[in-house]
Amino acid sequence: MLSRRQFSLGAAAAVSLPLHALAQEQPQPWEQAVKSILGEAKPTEAKLTLDMPEIAENGNTVPFSVRIDSPMTEKDHVRAIHIISTGNPQPGVATFRLTPQSGRAMVSSRMRLARTQDVIAIAELSDSKFLMSKRAVKVTIGGCGG
Amino acid sequence: MSKPRVKLPDAAKVGDIIEVKTLVSHVMETGQRKTAEGQSIPRNIINAFIAKFAGNEVFKAELLPGISANPYLSFFMKVPGPGEFEFTWVEDGGNKIVQKVKLNVT
Repeated sequence: MLSRRQFSLGAAAAVSLPLHALAQEQPQPWEQAVKSILGEAKPTEAKLTLDMPEIAENGNTVPFSVRIDSPMTEKDHVRAIHIISTGNPQPGVATFRLTPQSGRAMVSSRMRLARTQDVIAIAELSDSKFLMSKRAVKVTIGGCGG
Repeated sequence: MSKPRVKLPDAAKVGDIIEVKTLVSHVMETGQRKTAEGQSIPRNIINAFIAKFAGNEVFKAELLPGISANPYLSFFMKVPGPGEFEFTWVEDGGNKIVQKVKLNVT
């Protein structure tokens, strides 16, 4: 016969095991956001520069700049640039749509960072290939505060 | 919503690649914040920005609450010829701010 202690231990194990397994299988929201852009494609980590400060004192307004080494011709250009946050309540930050008329594949803006985290930039090229880059930013005072 | 600010080069030639900078005053309310009484403050952001030149779309941005208040954008364009920019900022709920700025093409 099971003692009370043995029983509760067994019950705890039975409950915690599947929960743990579930937590491992469930991708993070930002991982889902990245997957929804890439699909099955494998991005290259080249030709794309994501410029951000290493340390952001104010997470409410962190400047960023994305630049892709691209000729921006009809045949070979950047179609879109996606910005994903790994540590904000919502992973999506912005999507920029470019055309060969852009001339230069470079976009700058300012974003909110709730806490220290990685920021990801993904470029979608006219041949349906992808470029990706990641930057770690330390945040002193978080944005998105309530 | 107040008048946006747009910065273009004073003059450009056909074929030049120019930088376009825009700034619009907007709270960019995330929808994540609460009032002191615990009431959720509804999301209210500029969710899209469209730049047209001489009637053709040259740049577009889809913005989410991760973009800072008073959204600033900088992008580039290869000057196809003389023309006027038409910039449109779209707010949640559909309100639009439209500003037209002529480019001095020499």
